[in-house]
Amino acid sequence: MSTGKDFTASCPIPIAEYPEVTMAHGGGGTLMHDLINRMMLSVFTAPGLLTRHDGAVLDPPEGRLAFTTDSHVITPIFFPGGDIGALSVYGTINDLAMCGAKPLWLSAGFILEEGFPMEDLWRVVSSMADAASIASVSIVTGDTKVVDRGKGDGIYINTAGIGAVPDGVDIGPHRILPGDVVIISGDIGRHGISIMAVREGMDLHIPVESDLAPLHHLSAALLDEGLDVHCMRDLTRGGLASGLNEMAAASDSTICIVEDLIPIREEVLGACEILGFDPLYVANEGRFALVLPEDQVERALAILREQGSAQACRIGSVRPLNSAPVIMRSAIGSERIVDMLSGEQLPRIC
Amino acid sequence: MKYVSEYRNREAAERYVEELHKITTRNWNIMEVCGGQTHSILKYGIDRLIPDAVELIHGPGCPVCVTPVGLIDKAISIASDDSVIFCSFGDMMRVPGSQRDLLSVKAAGGDVRMVYSPLDAVRIANENPEREVVFFAVGFETTAPVTAAAVLRADALGLSNFSMLAAHVLVPPAIEAVLSSPGCRIQGFLAAGHVCSVMGYTEYEPLAEKYKVPIVVTGFEPLDILEGLHMCVTQLEKGTYRVENQYHRSVTRGGNQDAVALINRVFRPSDRKWRGIGEIPGSGLEFTEDYSSFDASVRFGVEEMSVEEPSECISGLVLTGERKPDQCPAFGEACTPQHPLGAPMVSTEGACAAYFRYRRTT
Repeated sequence: MSTGKDFTASCPIPIAEYPEVTMAHGGGGTLMHDLINRMMLSVFTAPGLLTRHDGAVLDPPEGRLAFTTDSHVITPIFFPGGDIGALSVYGTINDLAMCGAKPLWLSAGFILEEGFPMEDLWRVVSSMADAASIASVSIVTGDTKVVDRGKGDGIYINTAGIGAVPDGVDIGPHRILPGDVVIISGDIGRHGISIMAVREGMDLHIPVESDLAPLHHLSAALLDEGLDVHCMRDLTRGGLASGLNEMAAASDSTICIVEDLIPIREEVLGACEILGFDPLYVANEGRFALVLPEDQVERALAILREQGSAQACRIGSVRPLNSAPVIMRSAIGSERIVDMLSGEQLPRIC
Repeated sequence: MKYVSEYRNREAAERYVEELHKITTRNWNIMEVCGGQTHSILKYGIDRLIPDAVELIHGPGCPVCVTPVGLIDKAISIASDDSVIFCSFGDMMRVPGSQRDLLSVKAAGGDVRMVYSPLDAVRIANENPEREVVFFAVGFETTAPVTAAAVLRADALGLSNFSMLAAHVLVPPAIEAVLSSPGCRIQGFLAAGHVCSVMGYTEYEPLAEKYKVPIVVTGFEPLDILEGLHMCVTQLEKGTYRVENQYHRSVTRGGNQDAVALINRVFRPSDRKWRGIGEIPGSGLEFTEDYSSFDASVRFGVEEMSVEEPSECISGLVLTGERKPDQCPAFGEACTPQHPLGAPMVSTEGACAAYFRYRRTT
């Protein structure tokens, strides 16, 4: 997701002055205030933030609150299809959206490593501001710390988010029932592969962009239309397989999916073949699985497609608990379990 | 995906399965040699589609799995040296040595890096002249040419800070070890297609003749395996024992002579211990005199340690096909991918990992 900004031209901290983050930028003195006032506050313009108080004081919205937090540590910080800034905003918004909440406010905590290029910080901060604006959320409070060189990985961002859950909305694995249908919002595996492709040491030129995107408009459209959404799960770390396993385990049911129905791009499939990865376990940042009653499937698909998720489709259904939480009918017609991954997928030898 | 999805076609698979049912008149035990084939079989449930009379026995074809504990301990000892950047393929990182694995060395501050090619390790050595860079060369004949090419590249660059812990293994001696073991009940083999892409399959002809077993060089996709099984069962039913090639799109009888020449320039066969199996004559590769300066064992003076395998782990029996992974008392209990007792539970090619991943029931 490109922000379309000319970063270098508009960085409010003159590069010549401090080309890199120094320990003093986290020291609480003039330089830190300079960083906050000139850079952060030039793009994060929530009224609460501009009062420069110790915290944000907010009016409670109607309904109940959803509250989540997510820390973002990614290498490389700029990747095809996004960067750590947009990721830190959409990651938290998407967690709220999966609770059926309308995202409202975010906090942003930066941990910067001494020596981190100021220009890169500006790109990240600008990207966060753009993402927040696209998702109509406000970054209302924040914090910046600097750690010694060698004690961080350039930049870490933690965001926490608060959203409002409309009355009557109850979404979670406890509502999953046998007979429900599982829908996926689009093709899987692009984020993980886009990161692998540009990671140091990988000479694979795979034309894959991350699927990084906000999901709140999709969940809102489903709920606004009055669909009885039983559960939603964004398919981030651990991919589709982990998301389905978590939902199945928490609902004491078995989710059965059909391999041929799962949308995966050719490039992603090819990269997975080379690396020995299973695309079911590869991370996404803009995809979710949706569980709802059979009689609402067509409406749900129509809504998702109308909102731009052209590849949204049905991939399986929920059955009473069977031999394993997740079972998949393979391309050649037999069934196998789809297990939770024990650790990270490791590229194989041959 | 071209060249892949054609080989996962359901209708074609059903036709092979139907044919197999038609031609099979009695019980046959067939070993698929390669761990990649084992994973395909379990992943696609091929063993559940074919006749019950055809039993698939999973072979020792997982290079990570057969690397002895003593050699992994040696790797861990070298990787723990502060002067060393230790480079390894990903699936070697979690294989347990006698005390710990390479990931634990990394966590404790060792500079252990996951690489995708031995040539990456050479690049790292070139970029870090002040550090010793060691590559853990694990694999069958398939990856041996690239390993050899990396040595030649390092030699051409004049790198004195690059070395390798050579842990390559060769398939034909292992097949012979399985066939000559007392009580061997294997009647036919699916040979590993990728190994034969490099080596060809002339080496298998004397084995088929001597032990009167059909050997079918087979690929890794579901249709490859079904076709390989069909060819093997056809021979068994007829009582013939030839070497046949199912994997035409990649393998020729003579193999890739350039690749073989690379291997032979840098390495020569040596006796080699296999984890869980024991020593197999002529089943490993060691450096030839000309390139012995690249031998990390010599450079770091680390002796191979003799280490006991965990007594609960029956990986030796699994690797020789005498037991199925789920017949091990530790399977899924004391031994899981989180806490592996043996390498077959770690590697993406290990039979125990395949059973755990695709077959374990709750």
